[in-house]
Amino acid sequence: MPDQLLFAMEVTLNGLMAGVLYALVALGFVLIFKASGIFNYAQGVMALFAALTLVGIMDGQVPFAHLINAIFGTDVHHFGWNVPAILAIALTLGVMVLLAILVERLVLRHLVNQPDIILFMATIGLAYFMEGFGDIMWGSDIKKLDVGLPQGISETVESATDAIFGYGFFIDRLDMVATVIAALLVIGLTLFSQYTKQGRALRAVADDHQAALSVGISLRFIWVLVWSIAGFVALVAGMMWGAKSGVQFSLSLIALKALPVLMLGGFTSIPGAIVGGLIIGVGEKLFEFTIGPMVGGATENWFAYVLALAFLVFRPQGLFGDRIIERV
Amino acid sequence: MLDAGTDGYVTEDGRKIGGVLMEMKNITLRFGGVEAIKDISFDIREGEIRAIIGPNGAGKSSMLNVISGFYVPQEGEVWFRGQRRPQMKPFQVAAQGIARTFQNIALFEGMSVLDNIMTGRLTQMKSGLAAQTVWLGKAQREEVANRARVERVIDFLEIQHIRKTPVARLPYGLKKRVELARALAAEPMLLLLDEPMAGMNVEEKEDMSRFILDVNDEFGTTIALIEHDMGVVMDLSDRVVVMDYGKKIGDGTPDEVRNNQDVIDAYLGVSHD
Repeated sequence: MPDQLLFAMEVTLNGLMAGVLYALVALGFVLIFKASGIFNYAQGVMALFAALTLVGIMDGQVPFAHLINAIFGTDVHHFGWNVPAILAIALTLGVMVLLAILVERLVLRHLVNQPDIILFMATIGLAYFMEGFGDIMWGSDIKKLDVGLPQGISETVESATDAIFGYGFFIDRLDMVATVIAALLVIGLTLFSQYTKQGRALRAVADDHQAALSVGISLRFIWVLVWSIAGFVALVAGMMWGAKSGVQFSLSLIALKALPVLMLGGFTSIPGAIVGGLIIGVGEKLFEFTIGPMVGGATENWFAYVLALAFLVFRPQGLFGDRIIERV
Repeated sequence: MLDAGTDGYVTEDGRKIGGVLMEMKNITLRFGGVEAIKDISFDIREGEIRAIIGPNGAGKSSMLNVISGFYVPQEGEVWFRGQRRPQMKPFQVAAQGIARTFQNIALFEGMSVLDNIMTGRLTQMKSGLAAQTVWLGKAQREEVANRARVERVIDFLEIQHIRKTPVARLPYGLKKRVELARALAAEPMLLLLDEPMAGMNVEEKEDMSRFILDVNDEFGTTIALIEHDMGVVMDLSDRVVVMDYGKKIGDGTPDEVRNNQDVIDAYLGVSHD
């Protein structure tokens, strides 16, 4: 096989893996959008906050250390212990659930029956608040996240492809793990929403609030549940991104990459988020590989957005989204 | 006035009506300065078909919303099964065994007919999340029992042919029937129907009337309904409350109500001075 083709295959594979990470973030958006019609601008920051909290707990960091030191003139920063990864993940999940409860109590509850745009604005506020809060709580320095996920080049894949094609593929093991986890997540979420009472209630709330109330569904409970699940997805996404490129505040910007993913896949479809993420991931890499050299490179910065723009013109509901029908 | 007594009464067609299931005591509901309901009291008895009628804006729908917990009255007490009901959210009322339909249909448009009706069973499902996900033991028995009830309701309302159809595609009359099915699936003690025949043609109205009577007969469900169409109401119901401008102006059997001068005035229009 010619080298060019093999190289293109490798690029495609890597694009698929990168796409999985985009899809993970997009998934959180879809969940909240489906259940409450809110576009949750804070999803990216939630991923950042989850990652920060996870690192903070694992390293035994004292929360609000800077604040405490500034007020009391002390010099605390670490408890001096390390929490095992599994326990830290569980604790972080608890924090995310607590966050969901607070969001429902302090924000959503007071904005019932407001137009969607008001709720959207509220999530923008929430995003900035959480970014600042995460900063105060855990500090703004770049942190290394190591929850024991395998890293680096996968020798198995390299030697296997070398034996078959005479050309070793470079695949990051972390990306492979992310793919498996994303697949499990999607299967789990699909089972949950199709086959459980809570899943059915969630779909009901997404469809019609009044009708949901009349069949005995508590809106508040469902909202807390949805935000908790979104928090969980944010934690997974934050973990993967954090392990890949360190936990830093630019993490919240990956949320922006989720936007084109959603426009491609449709805001209301879980499979859409996955497929959208994969298309963006592969498209980005292949575009950079083929057209990039002709235009001076750095196409990865804008390719996704241009693709999304094209979709908005020709298929505004995305690949899998609900058709937009309005009866007049 | 028909004196129902404490133990109930027997209807003209020989059905035995039981004791008081729900009692509204001196209910007053205000929206700002407007009194939608003014000091109204009435009761609903076990097994009866109770109608609330009145001209537009009389406060009928508001009354139904008070019963189902969507509105909270400023004054008055709601008694259900011999106990005063504390202030409740609509979902708690639903869990108590009060199901309802809406005047302008509130269905889950994106779901199939079957899924819509299954949501009516939500209050009856008790098994845990994990068990449901992996479809084990109690969860499986429960789902089977739920499906059995739902199938019976589907059969009963003759909507087998559309069970897999997304609700959004159905014509108006069938949507109303699906909404009734969802309410019935919950095995309610009290079924509230908000204008079940609104916007229907004569044939659909006849079908719906038959269903309402059959539901009452076969499931023994107590029904409270609001209706515009006087003819339909008089044929269907055992006792009728008449409202006008938020006040109760009549209460009794259809015959009594028909001959009540206040009611005649309200419907034919007399100057209110």
